[in-house]
Amino acid sequence: MSVFLAIDWVFILEKLLLIVGIVSVSLVIAMYETYAERKVAAVMQDRRGPNRAGPFGIFQPLADGLKLFLKEEIIPNTSNRFLFVLGPALAMLTAMLTSAVIPWGDKIHFTLFGQDRYVSLQIADINIGILYIFGVVSAGVYGMMIGGWASNNKFSLMAALRGASQVISYELPMGLSLIALLMLTGSLKMSEIVGGQIDNLYYVVFQPLGFFIFLVCSFAECNRTPFDLPEAESELNFGYHQEYSSMKLGFYLFAEYINMFISSAVMVTLFWGGYDIPFVNDAELTKNLGMNMTALLQGLSMFLKTGIFIFFFIWVRWTIPRFRYDQLMNLGWKVLIPLALANMIITAFVSLFREHGWNF
Amino acid sequence: MIDRMQITDILFYFLSALTLGSAIMVALARNPVHSVLWLIVTFFGISGHYILMNAQFLGIVNLIVYAGAIMVLFLFVIMLMNLNADSEPQKNKWLKLAGIVAGGCLMLVMVAALKDAETAGKEMQLYTGDIGLIKNLGKALFTDYVVPFEISSILFLSAMVGAVAIGKK
Repeated sequence: MSVFLAIDWVFILEKLLLIVGIVSVSLVIAMYETYAERKVAAVMQDRRGPNRAGPFGIFQPLADGLKLFLKEEIIPNTSNRFLFVLGPALAMLTAMLTSAVIPWGDKIHFTLFGQDRYVSLQIADINIGILYIFGVVSAGVYGMMIGGWASNNKFSLMAALRGASQVISYELPMGLSLIALLMLTGSLKMSEIVGGQIDNLYYVVFQPLGFFIFLVCSFAECNRTPFDLPEAESELNFGYHQEYSSMKLGFYLFAEYINMFISSAVMVTLFWGGYDIPFVNDAELTKNLGMNMTALLQGLSMFLKTGIFIFFFIWVRWTIPRFRYDQLMNLGWKVLIPLALANMIITAFVSLFREHGWNF
Repeated sequence: MIDRMQITDILFYFLSALTLGSAIMVALARNPVHSVLWLIVTFFGISGHYILMNAQFLGIVNLIVYAGAIMVLFLFVIMLMNLNADSEPQKNKWLKLAGIVAGGCLMLVMVAALKDAETAGKEMQLYTGDIGLIKNLGKALFTDYVVPFEISSILFLSAMVGAVAIGKK
């Protein structure tokens, strides 16, 4: 029994700390996204927004969370209890799982028991990083569908079906736009994709159309306006979470904000250089400032870039009205998929020509 | 055995129990929606096995295609048909018996076929080999097996065209 589970316990501890850190950071960011959304909306509509709880209303998300926790919890009589609770739990779980493969910075270095340890600021650097994200996103549909079905309400069911078919439809152009990107990177590893962009041109320069398609699809995957049909109040009352109350409703809403944060981070990682600090040579910086300081700055740069995208998400919400359902499907199947296919073929030809050294 | 037990072995037994248990629940669940949900759990278990065998690509594609897309469509259809445990039509007793006999015959054939197979006595190779890694798999598919690969893609295309043609009617 002595070699039972012969594993590096310090390694497990490092990963555990990293997971706890990243999950709590994404929770806090999702919390303040709700605040940012209300503040940005207020600015755009010439209002003040939340300003009662704390200075500038910065405790508003805490107050909202407390309110949701204290509300009465109602589980409809006819619904399947277990699945009814499973729905929001799944939505939350799949939203958090995606953060595992995103690199938030380069390695940090410390000494433990006289042993040098280098810890990468990425929970798991797996070979199939991008596909992992796709797998988790496609499993994210179940949170919505199970919740909508277990509510035993036809509006919830219709909204869940709408949402699921929307997510499935927009996964296709998203995947096709990524194939073009993968032809440039030659790897599915997130760390290598970021490594190819550090101190180099970002992939958005080579793949502007691919980035645009990815951006539109991530709006659809997050159920954000102009694609927020699963929550269209005017048609479906309140969408798939109509029967939910208290913190279970909070989980659904919260999962959406986490999704927004994660998809911004994915876009930054794939197309906008990840944790690379723009206009600065990162290798030089590591020499001058040391490894840990650079990693900190890189993390900040990553969060700043992600923040810009989150702002963009919010900005679009208060600018563009909702699509009609047939328009949504037409855009996905008849516009984005052909565009993504064309983008893929052009990228394939260009990279083939360059590989063989042919010039026009 | 127990003193050599590695974390991969523990995972293997856990995943096997999960896969078999949920597969049995697919058949036993009375509500069709629950059946589909158990089937999704089964797919997750199988994907875990693929990943244990270092076939990462296969594992994740199994999740994306089967658990993520095909099962969602299954769930669509079953949810819209609104089959409940009480409204489900009671099947004929003879039909049930015929089903048991047919399933038993299939199991007999499979056991007989696999009993003497070369792989029957082998232990599962955990975390070894690299053919399942995406680079090697891609090279194998597009060099050694390029003709079967393209033929199967034509098969999919024809299925798609057929579905659209039927849908247009």
